[in-house]
Amino acid sequence: MLNYSQKLLDHFFHPRNVGEIKNPDGVGRAGNPVCGDILELYIKVKNNKITNIKFKTLGCAAALATSSMITELTKGKTVEEALKISNQDVTEALGGVPAVKRHCSVLAEQALKAAVKDYLNKNDK
Amino acid sequence: MSKIYLDYAATTPTDPRVLKAMEPYFCQKFGNPSSIHSFGQETRKAIEKARQQVADLIGAHSEEIVFTSGGTEANNFALKGAAYALKDKGNHIIVSTIEHHAILEPCKFLEKQGFKVTYLSVDRDGIININELKRVLRPETILVSIMHANNEIGTIQPIAEIANIIRNFRNSKSETLNSKQIPNFKFQTPLFHTDAVQTVGHLPIDVGKLGVDLLSISAHKFYGPKGVGALYIRKGIKIESFLHGGEQERNRRASTENVPGIVGFGQAAELVKKEIKKEIKQLTGLRDYFIKKNLAEIKDVQLNGDPIQRLPNNINFSIKGVEGEAMLLSLDQDGIACSTGSACSSSTLEPSHVLLALGLSEEVAHSSLRFSLGRYTTKKDLDYTIEKLKIIVNRLRKISPIY
Repeated sequence: MLNYSQKLLDHFFHPRNVGEIKNPDGVGRAGNPVCGDILELYIKVKNNKITNIKFKTLGCAAALATSSMITELTKGKTVEEALKISNQDVTEALGGVPAVKRHCSVLAEQALKAAVKDYLNKNDK
Repeated sequence: MSKIYLDYAATTPTDPRVLKAMEPYFCQKFGNPSSIHSFGQETRKAIEKARQQVADLIGAHSEEIVFTSGGTEANNFALKGAAYALKDKGNHIIVSTIEHHAILEPCKFLEKQGFKVTYLSVDRDGIININELKRVLRPETILVSIMHANNEIGTIQPIAEIANIIRNFRNSKSETLNSKQIPNFKFQTPLFHTDAVQTVGHLPIDVGKLGVDLLSISAHKFYGPKGVGALYIRKGIKIESFLHGGEQERNRRASTENVPGIVGFGQAAELVKKEIKKEIKQLTGLRDYFIKKNLAEIKDVQLNGDPIQRLPNNINFSIKGVEGEAMLLSLDQDGIACSTGSACSSSTLEPSHVLLALGLSEEVAHSSLRFSLGRYTTKKDLDYTIEKLKIIVNRLRKISPIY
């Protein structure tokens, strides 16, 4: 299947943390309909920790899998730690992503940073 | 789990009868058809028989068939061959925006060599703008190439009508050139080529009725082997060769002939000619059943391409809120093979140029699926596919931020 790793396929067929959060503390969006990938991330923050994170994604298998993986990597981390999560962390955690699909992991990183920055802006930090 | 193949437009399985016909030509009858001795004469006879079989399939004369390595070579041969043969007569070529890459890429190449190319637009169903064609034909036009039917959306072009327009244009040109000394060309320009890779073997074809000068054929699209095809060149027309070297194919295409491939090609042509009417009826029925059932059972689905002027086996849907490659992989997991026009499935990350040419948005192009049916497709396969597709679409729509 297009050189997708087992881990990536697992996250595609069984994504973690799908959904929305009512009254999220931060929302991040990345991608657009033109390029065919749209990611929305919702976070809940308590005592500087990301206690809950959910995502909705329109995109290919790599897009869904990288979204799912980034939510797993982020859950329970502090706000500062979350800002340090990179697209490489996501691709490594998935056991690698085909070169042509790496931009999906970049979108995941962008959406997460946007969600955290949204939270920080709302809380004037 | 049994597998269901619904990607016949990409390629077809070789018919076992075709394989049987090819077999002797690897180890036993292996002579070079250009050899004068009996080994060569034996294979020479075989390829000439195949040539007649292919000619019969399209209503042509045997000597009008030039064997190639496939549809892509036939298209390159037609475009570059016509361009280079006729460059002293003009430098303008007309094609459509929805041609296969095997036409568009040679066009880009020819533009770099100084030729001018006009890309005709199509309407929402994929039919070319006839009035635009009439407007852009000019004295310097040397070639018009319009595909007989499109591989992605199945739309069939009015080739005979286009041929008529070109014929009228040629005649009107001759009248205005009366006072000038006309070079000793035995044929008039522009030439008219059609990429019939998706239609030969699927629609009844008569090159006389179509009115074309050049026509591309590919064997593996109708149960023949991969790696062989042909360019039909109407008698009297001369174009520049694509491959230079030996004198094969009456000096038109050098290279030792792919004897087993050509024999298989001929056999496939003969078989499909016998079965074509039955297959058209069967596939059209299955196609329309599949379209109707999908549109009824899955919400927010649209059919892309002309609903009536359409290949008997082609279905192309855009399914709102979900992306093509994700659906494709999910279907593959369920043992079902089809295709998509989504950017995510192409190595260039660009969505289908055909769907965009219809005026569809990128979003709609990304959510497309193409199913192409074939000889071994059953109603049961289609029912199973729809059931699986419903589950897949539901799952992906729950994850989608826009549905």
